Amino acid sequence: MAVEWYLVLSALLFAIGAGGVLVRRSPLVILLCLELMLNAGNLALVAFSRMLGDQDGQVFALVVMVVAACEVVIGLGLIVAMYRRRLPLNVDELRGLRG
Amino acid sequence: MEEVAFFVGALGTLGGAIAVIALRNPFYSVLALIVHLVSLAGLFLLLHAEFVAAAQVVVYAGAIVVLYVFVAAYVGGVQEPAWEPIPGQQLLAPLLGGALFVELSIAVLGSSLRGLGDEGPEIPFGFGDPAEIGTLLLEKFLIAFEAASMLLLLAAVGAVVLAGRKQEQGYPPAAEES
Repeated sequence: MAVEWYLVLSALLFAIGAGGVLVRRSPLVILLCLELMLNAGNLALVAFSRMLGDQDGQVFALVVMVVAACEVVIGLGLIVAMYRRRLPLNVDELRGLRG
Repeated sequence: MEEVAFFVGALGTLGGAIAVIALRNPFYSVLALIVHLVSLAGLFLLLHAEFVAAAQVVVYAGAIVVLYVFVAAYVGGVQEPAWEPIPGQQLLAPLLGGALFVELSIAVLGSSLRGLGDEGPEIPFGFGDPAEIGTLLLEKFLIAFEAASMLLLLAAVGAVVLAGRKQEQGYPPAAEES
Protein backbone atom coordinates (compact mmCIF):
# COMPACT_ATOMS: atom_id res chain seq x y z
CA MET A 1 0.00 0.00 0.00
CA ALA A 2 1.32 3.40 -0.92
CA VAL A 3 1.69 5.91 1.86
CA GLU A 4 -0.86 8.23 0.24
CA TRP A 5 -3.69 5.89 1.20
CA TYR A 6 -2.78 6.10 4.83
CA LEU A 7 -2.31 9.86 4.70
CA VAL A 8 -5.65 10.48 2.99
CA LEU A 9 -7.36 8.22 5.54
CA SER A 10 -5.62 10.18 8.26
CA ALA A 11 -6.76 13.49 6.75
CA LEU A 12 -10.33 12.17 6.55
CA LEU A 13 -10.28 11.08 10.19
CA PHE A 14 -8.89 14.47 11.21
CA ALA A 15 -11.61 16.28 9.27
CA ILE A 16 -14.30 14.10 10.88
CA GLY A 17 -12.88 14.91 14.32
CA ALA A 18 -12.73 18.64 13.57
CA GLY A 19 -16.30 18.60 12.26
CA GLY A 20 -17.38 16.81 15.42
CA VAL A 21 -15.76 19.44 17.62
CA LEU A 22 -17.69 22.10 15.72
CA VAL A 23 -21.03 20.28 15.71
CA ARG A 24 -21.37 18.69 19.13
CA ARG A 25 -21.99 20.61 22.34
CA SER A 26 -21.47 18.04 25.06
CA PRO A 27 -17.92 18.43 26.44
CA LEU A 28 -17.64 14.65 26.74
CA VAL A 29 -18.21 14.15 23.02
CA ILE A 30 -15.89 17.05 22.20
CA LEU A 31 -13.15 15.24 24.11
CA LEU A 32 -13.91 12.11 22.10
CA CYS A 33 -13.54 14.13 18.89
CA LEU A 34 -10.18 15.46 20.09
CA GLU A 35 -9.15 11.84 20.53
CA LEU A 36 -10.14 11.18 16.92
CA MET A 37 -7.93 14.04 15.75
CA LEU A 38 -4.94 12.91 17.82
CA ASN A 39 -5.37 9.38 16.50
CA ALA A 40 -5.41 10.67 12.95
CA GLY A 41 -2.08 12.36 13.66
CA ASN A 42 -0.76 9.10 15.08
CA LEU A 43 -1.76 7.21 11.95
CA ALA A 44 0.17 9.67 9.78
CA LEU A 45 3.22 9.43 12.05
CA VAL A 46 3.26 5.63 12.00
CA ALA A 47 2.72 5.56 8.22
CA PHE A 48 5.69 7.87 7.69
CA SER A 49 7.74 5.79 10.10
CA ARG A 50 7.05 2.68 8.01
CA MET A 51 7.72 4.37 4.70
CA LEU A 52 11.03 5.83 5.86
CA GLY A 53 12.12 2.64 7.63
CA ASP A 54 12.80 4.66 10.77
CA GLN A 55 11.29 3.95 14.16
CA ASP A 56 11.46 7.50 15.52
CA GLY A 57 7.93 8.14 14.27
CA GLN A 58 6.62 5.30 16.39
CA VAL A 59 8.21 6.79 19.50
CA PHE A 60 6.60 10.09 18.56
CA ALA A 61 3.24 8.31 18.29
CA LEU A 62 3.72 6.86 21.76
CA VAL A 63 4.43 10.33 23.17
CA VAL A 64 1.29 11.61 21.46
CA MET A 65 -0.65 8.84 23.18
CA VAL A 66 0.76 9.96 26.54
CA VAL A 67 -0.32 13.54 25.85
CA ALA A 68 -3.76 12.30 24.81
CA ALA A 69 -4.07 10.36 28.05
CA CYS A 70 -3.20 13.46 30.07
CA GLU A 71 -5.70 15.54 28.11
CA VAL A 72 -8.43 12.97 28.74
CA VAL A 73 -7.70 12.79 32.45
CA ILE A 74 -7.80 16.57 32.90
CA GLY A 75 -10.84 16.97 30.65
CA LEU A 76 -12.82 14.29 32.44
CA GLY A 77 -11.81 15.80 35.78
CA LEU A 78 -13.19 19.14 34.60
CA ILE A 79 -16.42 17.50 33.46
CA VAL A 80 -16.88 15.79 36.82
CA ALA A 81 -16.16 19.08 38.62
CA MET A 82 -18.70 20.88 36.40
CA TYR A 83 -21.29 18.21 37.10
CA ARG A 84 -20.70 18.46 40.86
CA ARG A 85 -21.25 22.21 40.74
CA ARG A 86 -24.49 21.75 38.83
CA LEU A 87 -23.15 23.66 35.83
CA PRO A 88 -24.77 22.89 32.49
CA LEU A 89 -22.79 20.36 30.49
CA ASN A 90 -23.09 22.36 27.32
CA VAL A 91 -20.20 24.34 25.89
CA ASP A 92 -22.53 27.00 24.50
CA GLU A 93 -23.78 27.90 27.95
CA LEU A 94 -20.36 27.88 29.61
CA ARG A 95 -19.39 31.29 28.34
CA GLY A 96 -18.40 33.01 31.56
CA LEU A 97 -14.84 33.60 30.37
CA ARG A 98 -15.87 35.08 27.05
CA GLY A 99 -16.81 38.41 28.55
CA MET B 1 -4.18 -9.42 0.92
CA GLU B 2 -2.66 -6.31 2.42
CA GLU B 3 -5.09 -4.17 0.46
CA VAL B 4 -8.06 -6.13 1.80
CA ALA B 5 -6.81 -5.72 5.36
CA PHE B 6 -6.24 -2.01 4.79
CA PHE B 7 -9.72 -1.40 3.46
CA VAL B 8 -11.34 -3.41 6.25
CA GLY B 9 -9.36 -1.40 8.81
CA ALA B 10 -10.12 1.88 7.03
CA LEU B 11 -13.84 1.08 7.00
CA GLY B 12 -13.71 0.28 10.70
CA THR B 13 -11.88 3.49 11.62
CA LEU B 14 -14.12 5.67 9.45
CA GLY B 15 -17.32 4.00 10.62
CA GLY B 16 -16.25 4.32 14.23
CA ALA B 17 -15.32 7.97 13.80
CA ILE B 18 -18.58 8.86 12.08
CA ALA B 19 -20.54 6.97 14.73
CA VAL B 20 -18.72 8.90 17.47
CA ILE B 21 -19.90 12.24 16.15
CA ALA B 22 -23.31 11.09 14.89
CA LEU B 23 -24.72 9.16 17.85
CA ARG B 24 -26.82 11.24 20.22
CA ASN B 25 -26.07 9.32 23.39
CA PRO B 26 -22.51 9.93 24.70
CA PHE B 27 -22.38 6.38 26.01
CA TYR B 28 -22.82 4.97 22.51
CA SER B 29 -20.23 7.43 21.23
CA VAL B 30 -17.72 5.96 23.66
CA LEU B 31 -18.57 2.45 22.46
CA ALA B 32 -18.09 3.59 18.85
CA LEU B 33 -14.69 4.94 19.85
CA ILE B 34 -13.67 1.40 20.83
CA VAL B 35 -14.46 0.18 17.30
CA HIS B 36 -12.39 3.06 15.91
CA LEU B 37 -9.43 2.39 18.20
CA VAL B 38 -9.30 -1.35 17.58
CA SER B 39 -9.47 -0.87 13.81
CA LEU B 40 -6.71 1.71 14.07
CA ALA B 41 -4.60 -0.80 15.99
CA GLY B 42 -5.10 -3.18 13.07
CA LEU B 43 -3.81 -0.52 10.69
CA PHE B 44 -0.78 -0.03 12.95
CA LEU B 45 -0.09 -3.76 12.71
CA LEU B 46 -0.19 -3.47 8.91
CA LEU B 47 2.46 -0.76 9.20
CA HIS B 48 4.72 -3.03 11.30
CA ALA B 49 4.22 -0.99 14.47
CA GLU B 50 3.46 -3.90 16.77
CA PHE B 51 4.30 -2.18 20.01
CA VAL B 52 2.30 0.93 19.17
CA ALA B 53 -0.67 -1.26 18.23
CA ALA B 54 -0.47 -3.16 21.52
CA ALA B 55 -0.16 0.08 23.49
CA GLN B 56 -3.11 1.47 21.56
CA VAL B 57 -5.33 -1.45 22.55
CA VAL B 58 -4.13 -1.66 26.15
CA VAL B 59 -3.90 2.04 26.96
CA TYR B 60 -6.69 3.47 24.85
CA ALA B 61 -9.26 0.73 24.40
CA GLY B 62 -8.51 -0.50 27.89
CA ALA B 63 -7.80 2.30 30.32
CA ILE B 64 -8.99 5.51 28.69
CA VAL B 65 -12.26 4.08 27.39
CA VAL B 66 -13.03 2.67 30.85
CA LEU B 67 -12.52 6.18 32.23
CA TYR B 68 -14.88 7.58 29.59
CA VAL B 69 -17.48 4.90 30.34
CA PHE B 70 -17.40 5.71 34.05
CA VAL B 71 -17.75 9.44 33.46
CA ALA B 72 -20.51 8.95 30.86
CA ALA B 73 -22.39 6.76 33.31
CA TYR B 74 -21.81 9.23 36.16
CA VAL B 75 -22.87 12.31 34.23
CA GLY B 76 -25.67 10.53 32.42
CA GLY B 77 -27.13 11.21 29.01
CA VAL B 78 -26.89 14.91 28.24
CA GLN B 79 -29.60 16.13 25.93
CA GLU B 80 -28.19 18.55 23.41
CA PRO B 81 -30.66 21.38 22.82
CA ALA B 82 -31.69 22.30 19.32
CA TRP B 83 -30.93 25.97 19.97
CA GLU B 84 -28.00 27.18 17.87
CA PRO B 85 -26.00 30.25 18.93
CA ILE B 86 -24.67 30.60 15.40
CA PRO B 87 -27.44 30.22 12.82
CA GLY B 88 -26.85 27.26 10.56
CA GLN B 89 -24.08 25.80 12.70
CA GLN B 90 -25.17 22.23 12.01
CA LEU B 91 -24.81 22.92 8.29
CA LEU B 92 -21.69 25.05 8.36
CA ALA B 93 -19.61 22.71 10.50
CA PRO B 94 -19.67 19.72 8.11
CA LEU B 95 -18.88 22.11 5.26
CA LEU B 96 -15.85 23.40 7.15
CA GLY B 97 -14.80 19.81 7.94
CA GLY B 98 -15.07 18.91 4.26
CA ALA B 99 -13.05 21.95 3.29
CA LEU B 100 -10.39 20.92 5.80
CA PHE B 101 -10.27 17.43 4.28
CA VAL B 102 -9.92 18.77 0.74
CA GLU B 103 -7.19 21.12 1.84
CA LEU B 104 -5.26 18.39 3.67
CA SER B 105 -5.62 16.05 0.72
CA ILE B 106 -4.26 18.66 -1.67
CA ALA B 107 -1.35 19.25 0.69
CA VAL B 108 -0.65 15.52 0.96
CA LEU B 109 -1.13 14.50 -2.66
CA GLY B 110 0.46 17.59 -4.14
CA SER B 111 3.79 16.95 -2.46
CA SER B 112 6.52 14.74 -3.82
CA LEU B 113 5.48 11.75 -1.75
CA ARG B 114 5.67 9.48 -4.77
CA GLY B 115 9.40 9.47 -4.26
CA LEU B 116 8.86 7.19 -1.28
CA GLY B 117 7.61 4.44 -3.54
CA ASP B 118 4.75 2.03 -3.02
CA GLU B 119 6.15 -0.50 -0.64
CA GLY B 120 8.61 1.48 1.39
CA PRO B 121 12.10 0.27 2.19
CA GLU B 122 13.00 -3.18 3.36
CA ILE B 123 12.67 -3.08 7.11
CA PRO B 124 15.03 -4.99 9.38
CA PHE B 125 13.87 -7.88 11.51
CA GLY B 126 12.37 -6.66 14.77
CA PHE B 127 11.15 -3.33 13.39
CA GLY B 128 8.69 -1.81 15.84
CA ASP B 129 8.85 -4.51 18.50
CA PRO B 130 9.11 -3.59 22.19
CA ALA B 131 12.87 -4.15 22.44
CA GLU B 132 13.66 -1.69 19.65
CA ILE B 133 11.19 0.93 20.85
CA GLY B 134 12.43 0.57 24.42
CA THR B 135 16.02 1.03 23.37
CA LEU B 136 15.08 4.15 21.44
CA LEU B 137 13.05 5.53 24.35
CA LEU B 138 15.81 5.03 26.88
CA GLU B 139 18.72 6.13 24.73
CA LYS B 140 17.78 8.55 21.99
CA PHE B 141 14.60 9.99 23.50
CA LEU B 142 15.39 9.86 27.19
CA ILE B 143 14.42 13.49 27.78
CA ALA B 144 11.07 13.05 26.06
CA PHE B 145 10.51 9.90 28.10
CA GLU B 146 11.20 11.68 31.39
CA ALA B 147 9.08 14.66 30.36
CA ALA B 148 6.22 12.28 29.53
CA SER B 149 6.46 10.66 32.94
CA MET B 150 6.43 14.08 34.60
CA LEU B 151 3.41 15.09 32.51
CA LEU B 152 1.52 11.94 33.51
CA LEU B 153 2.24 12.60 37.18
CA LEU B 154 1.05 16.19 36.88
CA ALA B 155 -2.10 15.08 35.06
CA ALA B 156 -2.91 12.52 37.74
CA VAL B 157 -2.44 15.07 40.54
CA GLY B 158 -4.41 17.68 38.59
CA ALA B 159 -7.33 15.31 38.02
CA VAL B 160 -7.48 14.50 41.72
CA VAL B 161 -7.43 18.21 42.58
CA LEU B 162 -10.13 18.99 40.02
CA ALA B 163 -12.52 16.14 40.62
CA GLY B 164 -11.85 15.24 44.24
CA ARG B 165 -14.31 16.08 46.96
CA LYS B 166 -13.41 19.37 48.56
CA GLN B 167 -14.04 19.34 52.27
CA GLU B 168 -11.52 21.64 53.85
CA GLN B 169 -11.86 25.38 53.64
CA GLY B 170 -9.97 27.46 51.15
CA TYR B 171 -11.95 26.40 48.14
CA PRO B 172 -14.83 28.46 46.81
CA PRO B 173 -18.08 26.90 48.02
CA ALA B 174 -19.52 24.50 45.50
CA ALA B 175 -23.17 23.89 44.96
CA GLU B 176 -24.09 21.64 47.83
CA GLU B 177 -24.95 18.06 47.34
CA SER B 178 -25.42 15.08 49.55
